[in-house]
Amino acid sequence: MAQFLQQVVSGLATGSIFAALALALVLIHRATGVINFAQGEMAMFTTYVAWALMEHHGWSYWPAFVATLMIAFVLGVGIQRVAIQPVTGTSVLAVVIVTIGLLLTFNGLAALTWGAEPQAFESPFPNATWDIGGVAVGQRDVGTLAVVIALVLLLWAFFQFTKIGLALRASALNPDASRLVGVRVGWMLAIGWGLAAVLGAVAGMLAAPSFLLAPTLMQALLIYAFAAAVLGGIDSPFGAVVGGLLLGVGLNLIETYVDFVGADLKLPVALLIILVVLLVRPAGIFGKPVTRRV
Amino acid sequence: MRRAELTRIALFALAVAAVFLLPFAISDFRAQQLSYVGIYLIALLGLNLLTGITGQISLGHGAFMLIGGYTTAILMSNQDPPLELLGHQFTNDVRDIWTIPIAGLVAGLAGFLFGFPALRLTGLYLALATFAVAVAAPAVVKKYQGFTGGGVGINIFEVETRTRPKEVTDPVTFETTREPINIVGLEIDTFNDWLYYLSWTIALVLFAVAWLLLRGRFGRSLRAVRDSELAAASSGINLATYKTLAFGISAFYAGVAGSLLAIATTFVNPDTFPIALSIFLLVGVVVGGLGSLWPLVFGAVFIHFMQIEWAQRTEAIVPDFIPVLGDIDTDAPGAPAVAFGVILILIMLIAPGGVAGLVRRLRALATRRG
Repeated sequence: MAQFLQQVVSGLATGSIFAALALALVLIHRATGVINFAQGEMAMFTTYVAWALMEHHGWSYWPAFVATLMIAFVLGVGIQRVAIQPVTGTSVLAVVIVTIGLLLTFNGLAALTWGAEPQAFESPFPNATWDIGGVAVGQRDVGTLAVVIALVLLLWAFFQFTKIGLALRASALNPDASRLVGVRVGWMLAIGWGLAAVLGAVAGMLAAPSFLLAPTLMQALLIYAFAAAVLGGIDSPFGAVVGGLLLGVGLNLIETYVDFVGADLKLPVALLIILVVLLVRPAGIFGKPVTRRV
Repeated sequence: MRRAELTRIALFALAVAAVFLLPFAISDFRAQQLSYVGIYLIALLGLNLLTGITGQISLGHGAFMLIGGYTTAILMSNQDPPLELLGHQFTNDVRDIWTIPIAGLVAGLAGFLFGFPALRLTGLYLALATFAVAVAAPAVVKKYQGFTGGGVGINIFEVETRTRPKEVTDPVTFETTREPINIVGLEIDTFNDWLYYLSWTIALVLFAVAWLLLRGRFGRSLRAVRDSELAAASSGINLATYKTLAFGISAFYAGVAGSLLAIATTFVNPDTFPIALSIFLLVGVVVGGLGSLWPLVFGAVFIHFMQIEWAQRTEAIVPDFIPVLGDIDTDAPGAPAVAFGVILILIMLIAPGGVAGLVRRLRALATRRG
């Protein structure tokens, strides 16, 4: 039982990383109907920025953390303006190809600038455990989970209680009407990309201490995030968080208790989840089924 | 037959002649490089049929190449202990060239079957699912070690089923003489020339097949599915049939290309078919021009030389304006990826039609003047 609970706790921590990245994907998909295949690589790249600030420029963790979030925001906004805006509204294929181009670019840039060898990435949380009723709870796991939950609440408050948040929701829901009442829809979409990049950066910085920082850091994580987003419903932010946590715990339990899958087949299991959900209930757990008018 | 078609056939015959005479004029090394271009061309023809013509995005075509490559390697293999499936032990079972059609069919069947779940997925979701397939495929290969050789892979360099010039050493004088490969009266001295003829013969045949498939009713139906599924279905086109067929044929091409890649590298492991391969294939199709045929040659040349040549000239393409937060490692493997990525984005922004689109534009300019 203790082992079971321990797996659940560490699954929640990994799951919260999936959730952060899934939330980034959902944010962009809701606003623009696009899946950003470069989300993982952008996250990896910004994590390298944080690493470089600490390693080469002697910053301490939290200032580097905050600076990285700001850099990520600017990066996200810039990418949307320069590369995504011109192909928006052409074809799905064009947008997918551009995000694939971004994926390659960031992956290559990171390898070029910082090399391909894995680097150790500092965690702000101690690597110790608390003993709660016989269950060893990792402090790092709790910290990771807390950061993601705080971020989600912050984001929710931003969307719910600020004017920009309202404008963002409006332009996602009905761009034409928003334009008519004076919302600058193009910039709102760009801000959406910026926020998604911030979420990605957080996911990257939380993932790096346990997985080591390398240009390949986010490749598997991106697939898990896809699975989490699809599972929760690709248009539902709440679903993305629940989907991420479910997936984190589920994969951890499968790894521990299903010998056949073990650690080797976790990715194919995620793929299976994606396929099954898309085929059986494409809207996910929390999404609303879409009806198309012909 | 229309005049335009006659011209096309004449041009194709010229291309065939050029391809067969070329090895006499180039070095062995170039022949090897061009073999790879031929192999990529086959894969691009397949992917283009699916993505360019039928409009079904695949970010996972490397997975079908993997199936083809592994089919060939396993059938040719002579491992110790032998690879095994359902009690059958693979020891020099099939000669290399005969594994090629088998590899194509196995991959084609896999593609056809994948086409069924793909029927329910459109656009983005299909891209996502195929991407996940390509990422997950190597993990599956590593898991079934006894059948696939696992992470170590399968070496087919020394197996008897491999075609190559035999080296005979005289036991008395120790002089080595090479016995050339003899194919329909043509004597081929080196493995690279053999590889060149093999891959380009198949590429030309499959090119002609693609052209024949696409010029008539079948091709029109596929294009109709791409342009508007609703309109296509209303005109009596069975979407399910055409989409699964497109997947199957496309995967057949990929399987043949994967098989040839295994023969060319004489070795396969999961890293022979990384996710990057799937992405590079998409890049190749976009560079050539989605929906085009002969401009795909440019796509094939592009992806091969970008990978090989540019990787060795990292310094030349690291611009000074890249912000240096750390020390730039000029031997880093990132350069081709950056170049690929930037070029891909620029093409989509500036010339979404690729080489084919540029040619069309130039031709339009020329005819307007006349």
